[in-house]
Amino acid sequence: MKASLKDNAVDFSFVFPAVLIFSIFYIYPFFYSFILSLTNYDLIGNFDFKKYYVGFRNFQDIFSDRDWWKSMYNGAFITFWALTFQNILALILALAVDKVIRLKKFYRVVFFILPVLSEIIIGLLMRQFLISEPVGRDVFNHLLTNVGLGAMAQEWLSGDKVRLVTALVHCWKGFGWAFVIFLAGLQSIPEQLYEAARIDGANAWRTFCKVTVPLLMPVITLILVLTILGTMQAFAMILALTKGAGGETTVPVMIIYFHLGNRFAGLACAEGLILGIILVAVSFTMFFISKKVREKYGVLPD
Amino acid sequence: MGFFRTKKIIFLIVLHTFLLSVALSCILPFFWMINVSFKTQQQYDDDFGLSLASHLNWENYKTVIITEQFWRYFLNSVLYTFITVLFIVFISSLAAYAFSRLHFPGKNIIFYAFLAAMMIPLPAGFVPVYALLQQFHLLNRTGYVLAMTNMGLSISIYLLKTFFDQLPRDLEDAARIDGCSKLQIWWNVGLPLITPALGVVVIFNALNVWNEFVLASLIFTGDKYMPLQVGLMQFSGKLVTYHTLIMAALTVAALPIIILYIRMQKQFIKGITAGALVG
Repeated sequence: MKASLKDNAVDFSFVFPAVLIFSIFYIYPFFYSFILSLTNYDLIGNFDFKKYYVGFRNFQDIFSDRDWWKSMYNGAFITFWALTFQNILALILALAVDKVIRLKKFYRVVFFILPVLSEIIIGLLMRQFLISEPVGRDVFNHLLTNVGLGAMAQEWLSGDKVRLVTALVHCWKGFGWAFVIFLAGLQSIPEQLYEAARIDGANAWRTFCKVTVPLLMPVITLILVLTILGTMQAFAMILALTKGAGGETTVPVMIIYFHLGNRFAGLACAEGLILGIILVAVSFTMFFISKKVREKYGVLPD
Repeated sequence: MGFFRTKKIIFLIVLHTFLLSVALSCILPFFWMINVSFKTQQQYDDDFGLSLASHLNWENYKTVIITEQFWRYFLNSVLYTFITVLFIVFISSLAAYAFSRLHFPGKNIIFYAFLAAMMIPLPAGFVPVYALLQQFHLLNRTGYVLAMTNMGLSISIYLLKTFFDQLPRDLEDAARIDGCSKLQIWWNVGLPLITPALGVVVIFNALNVWNEFVLASLIFTGDKYMPLQVGLMQFSGKLVTYHTLIMAALTVAALPIIILYIRMQKQFIKGITAGALVG
C-alpha cells in the first residue's frame, strides 16, 4: 500500500499547479466576493471583516439605485438586438453560405475577422467613423450627404440615437461568431434527411421548419444563452465607442468597473453578484425551455 | 437551359449580392483605417479619408510607434501573451493528462470543479481578483499573468482532456514497459500526440490575453507596463482630434492579428468556436 500512496502523490502532483492557481484565482475570489459584498471595504489598508461590515446595505442601495437599473435596461436593450437582429442575420448568412458552393471559405474568413479583433479596436474605429470631434468631421455623415441622404446626418453617438447605434455596432462585431457556430451546426445535419424531405415533396420552407430548425435546436439554444451571457457582460467595446454617453449606454459592468475604480469594492462585488444570479437564472430558464421545445418536437434524443 | 436554370442563376446572383455586401461591410472600415493612417491631418480634413492616399506616408507610424511609445505597449502585450500561454500550455496539459490517464483520490471532484468554473458566469470576477491581488501586493506583471493564466485554465484542461481520452494508449504502454517515468511519458509521448489540440489552446488563449482590457487597465496605470489595449484607450483619450494618428495606432494593433488570422484561419476559427461549443 505504501507504493500506491506514493503513486497517488506522484499522480496528484500533475494537477497540483492547476489546482493551486485555480484555488487562488477562482475559488478564493468566488467566496471572497460574497464576503466583500457585505462590507464597504475601500481597498486601502488590510481587509478586516468586522471593521468594514455593513450587512446587506450594499444590496439595499443597489435595489434603489436608478443608475444601476438604467444600466440593466441598457444592457437588456442591447441584448435584445443581439438576440434578434444579430442572430437572425447570422442564421440567414449561414443558410446562404451553406447553399453556395463557390466562395464559401472566403465568406467564412471575412465574417470572422470582427470577432477576432479586440473590442477596443472595434469600438475606437467605429467611434472615429461615427462621431464628429470636433463637429463636422465625421465620415458617416459625410457619406450620407454624398449619396443624397444629407437630411439624415446627425450626431450618432449622443442623444436618443446612441443606444441603438451601440447595439448595432455590437451586432456587427458579434454576428460572425454566431454565423460560424450556426454554419458548423448546419453542416452536421446529414444530407439524407434533406433528400428524404425532398422525396416526400416538402418545399424549402417546410424542410426548414421540419428538418433544419428541430435539428438545429441545441445549437440555437447554445447561441441564445451565450448571446445573453456575452452581451449582458459587454463592456470594453461600449467604453471605447461611447464612454457611457452620459448614462444612455452605461452597461452593468461599466458601473461595476467605475465603482471599483472609485474604491467601492464592496458595492462593486454586490453588483457583480446580483448580475451573476440574474444571468444564471436566465440561462437555466433558457435551457429548460429548449428542452421542453425539443420534447414537443419529439426529435433528438440528444 | 430551361426556366429552372434561369431561376437558379438569378437566385445565386441575389444570394451572392447579399453575402458580398455583408462581407464588404466587414472589410471596408479596415481599408479606410489603413488608408487614413497614411494621410496627413490636412488631407483627412479635405475628404475624410475617402480618397486613396497618394503615397505611403509613414510619418504617422513614426510618431505613434516611437514618440508615443507604441513599441513599448506592443512588446508588453507580446510578453504577457507569450508567458501566459506558455504557463497555460504546460499546466493544463499536465493536468489534462492526469485527468485522462492517472488515478488519485478526488480526481473526479476536482475535474468537475474545473467544469463548473467554466459554466458559471462570474460577471465582474475582476473585482474580487483585483482586491486579492492588492492584498498580496501582486498588482504588477506577475499578478496579471497569473490571473490571466487562471482565466484560460479550465477550458484548456477540458479541451485537452477530451482529446487525450480519444487517443489509444498503446504508445504510452510501450513507453512504460521501456521504463519511462510518468513525467517522461507525458513529455515524450503525450505532448507530441496532442499537438493539434494544443494549437487550438494556444490560439484561443493568445487571443484572449492579447485582447484583454479590463484587468490590465486596472493593474497597469503607468505607461511602462501597459499592454496594447490599455495603451490604445489612453492614447485615443489624449489625442481625440488627431484622427490620422489614432488610425495609425489602430492599424499597428489590428494588422498583425489580421495577418496572423488570414494565415492560420482554421486554427483561429476552431480556437474561438471551441470556447463556445464545449458548453
